Amino acid sequence: MPTSTEKAPPPFRHAKAVLFRRALQLAAFVVCAFLFVVVAVLTYKAAFLLRHESLPDILFSSEWNPMRGRFGFFPIILGSIYVTGLAMLLAVPVSILSSIYIAEYVRGYGKHVLKSFIDVLAGIPSVVYGMCAILVLVPWVRDGVAPLFGVSSTGFCVFSAALVLAVMVFPIIISVCVDVFQAVPQETREASLAVGATKWQTTKLVVLRAALPGVFSAVLLGLGRAFGETIAVAMLVGNLPRVPRSLFDAGATLPSIIASTYGEMMSVPRYDSAMMLLALILILVVLLFNYLARLIKRNFEKTQLGEGA
Amino acid sequence: MNPQIITRDLNVWIGKHHILKDVNVSAPRRKITVIMGPSGCGKTTLLKCFNRLIDLTESVKISGKVIVDGEDIFTPGVDVIAIRKKMGLLSQKPYPLPMSIYNNVAYGLRIHGTRDRSTLDDKVKHYLEAVGLWEEVNHRLKEPATALSIGQQQRLCLARGLAVEPEVILCDEPTSALDPVAAKKIEGLLVKLKADYTIILVTHVLRQAKKIADNVNFIYFGEIVEQGPAEGFFAHPRERLTQEYLYGDVGY
Amino acid sequence: MSRGRTQEAVFRVLMLLSLAVVTVSLVGIVAVVLVKGAPALSVEMLTRTPTAGYYMGGGGGILNAIVGSLLLAVSATVLAFFFSIAVATYLQPEFSSSRPANAVRTVLDLLWGIPSIVYGVICFVIMAFVGIGTSLLAGIAALTLLEIPIMTRVMDESMSTVIPELKVSAHVLGSNPAETAVNVVWKQAGPGILSAVLLAFGRGIGDAASILFTAGFTDFIPRSLLDSAAALPTMIFFLSTSPMPEVRGRAYAAAFVLLVLVLVVSVVSRLLTKRLSRYVVK
Repeated sequence: MPTSTEKAPPPFRHAKAVLFRRALQLAAFVVCAFLFVVVAVLTYKAAFLLRHESLPDILFSSEWNPMRGRFGFFPIILGSIYVTGLAMLLAVPVSILSSIYIAEYVRGYGKHVLKSFIDVLAGIPSVVYGMCAILVLVPWVRDGVAPLFGVSSTGFCVFSAALVLAVMVFPIIISVCVDVFQAVPQETREASLAVGATKWQTTKLVVLRAALPGVFSAVLLGLGRAFGETIAVAMLVGNLPRVPRSLFDAGATLPSIIASTYGEMMSVPRYDSAMMLLALILILVVLLFNYLARLIKRNFEKTQLGEGA
Repeated sequence: MNPQIITRDLNVWIGKHHILKDVNVSAPRRKITVIMGPSGCGKTTLLKCFNRLIDLTESVKISGKVIVDGEDIFTPGVDVIAIRKKMGLLSQKPYPLPMSIYNNVAYGLRIHGTRDRSTLDDKVKHYLEAVGLWEEVNHRLKEPATALSIGQQQRLCLARGLAVEPEVILCDEPTSALDPVAAKKIEGLLVKLKADYTIILVTHVLRQAKKIADNVNFIYFGEIVEQGPAEGFFAHPRERLTQEYLYGDVGY
Repeated sequence: MSRGRTQEAVFRVLMLLSLAVVTVSLVGIVAVVLVKGAPALSVEMLTRTPTAGYYMGGGGGILNAIVGSLLLAVSATVLAFFFSIAVATYLQPEFSSSRPANAVRTVLDLLWGIPSIVYGVICFVIMAFVGIGTSLLAGIAALTLLEIPIMTRVMDESMSTVIPELKVSAHVLGSNPAETAVNVVWKQAGPGILSAVLLAFGRGIGDAASILFTAGFTDFIPRSLLDSAAALPTMIFFLSTSPMPEVRGRAYAAAFVLLVLVLVVSVVSRLLTKRLSRYVVK
């Protein structure tokens, strides 16, 4: 084989490689910095308010009077708990049951179709959810559901927000749960069936059991999403920083109150500081949920890999 | 002699693939019947027909009969749960259920209705002793089954299968994932269990088959090539394919 | 034994009911948008910006929002792309050891979970500090922040699944990690990268919270980066609750356009990824 005369290597090849690597590192660094910038900016701005009031006072006070500089977060925190709690109460059983059905009882191609269907629908923007709810849900609650309970309601209330939130959370929980169920090895099911268990017994006692940590992490993920959902809730919950007297009363959640005060923020002193504090609490809670979900998922992956080995 | 299991012209298709072709085997009671052949030629599929786990496979089509104790188990309306209870399964790789050692063995008992704690305790002990695990695990029954070594897990799976009191034990290459010491233990157990159970052993390990088989069926790409009592089979194989397989020229 | 069977029957019904609830509600949303939005659509709606009497029911359309949305989402996606592909490549074992890679992945996970309104708030604060009010620029910044974690995560997954042997063969031929990354990994992960981009775009174009404070709202098509910009999501947000039915009609039209856009992007992304995966070495 003829030896080729060595052509001079393309100029700067090594330099380009080094530059490339540095650029990647820079990008990674900058993106990580984003997280710290976010927390730092929020903390800095929130600190202003905290100089004048103590944190426990703010968190537990119910007085909301921006004009007088009084910002009691308690009703808003409670509102978040109510709306998110009710939404999860509705979403979790429905999602898990649906996931079991899709993963264990649907054969072949249908599984893939259903999963894709749910994934695509997971991409529907939250404004659209909000809008549809205003069209359909609000009148129904106002004219149909609330009177049933003997309560009068505008329809813009905790119940409406929670219902829509539940629907928004379905795809998240279902998607993760179906994956988790499918990850349970087929042989484990066969082992159960081979001793004479029924399909349902196998699903309930074996598959669910094996997938439990994954399911738990899916729920946490959904919880984080629900807690942080802004737009649809803002369109439906009424945005009143007051403790809701019933499910059909208006209320507010952390993200919804931030969204709804757009415009008013700048004219009142300390208002923007209060908003930043709300945002800070919001992301800390959401980050906590997501971090827990991640921990559980990683732990689960470790034990699953250890099992079937 | 009344064989416990007979297959008659059994054909299985998975999708477009004709996996088993006119398979006729019989498994006599309380003997070890070996099904052997190169990898991928339908041995596991055949085994799955005996306990109707084949039902779980997508796009499967079956024709022919599998007669157990005089009844064709593929007759529509037959009680699949009862059939599966009769057939114990020991798979290639141990798949302990995601629960404690105790609960693994007790699992079958519980789902068939046994609730009384002392009965369960007795039975768990009994079957763990039967597979030689009791000494090793009796002080840690609450630990997850995955804490055991692979050889121990396989014996646990055997105990789990025995606990529902089957009549037949189906073994799908049960020692292929184990080290020689653990494999020897399992082989010893199978010989011991022969006294009370009919055993069908799928294997591609010649040494193992020679050691413990009573009857042998040689299957090659879905077709039975040769079958008969072990001694004659190994000493004077009639078919050319069998000879090539036994002497290492073909398949595995 | 019969107790077990009744339990199974009951749960089967519950499961089917749950699945029905999920499918019906999700399909219902699409149906409502299509049913309400279609009648509100017209050529005028799509090609003209609102006129002076718009909010009182006058003429005009939603062109401001359509253009604004496209400007915001496309710019943000392009910007996010550069960051994301860099970070995703960084996360591959050739460029980072497991400790920094895991740290970065954790940070990305956390960023992924931050509600978009927080990004909007942050960008608003920074822009205000710098002296720029609501603007296209601020909106793009917020959307970029939102899209980066989403895009990076999917890209990272695609790149991680590139068969190591391919990288080794390139290495053996004398290529350095940078060249391998560009010529081999990026090509192999191509479908995944594409789907990451489209996914993030779909998410970005539909997001209202991040652009609420940053991009502002206006009846006009933005002429410069410092102009406020309307967008389909914000238009829906503001106009759904208007007392005037004609104005609400525009919200429905905007929802229709937005939903169609998002669904088309999603479906196209799936199809393209599947198509292009044929060229990928497995």
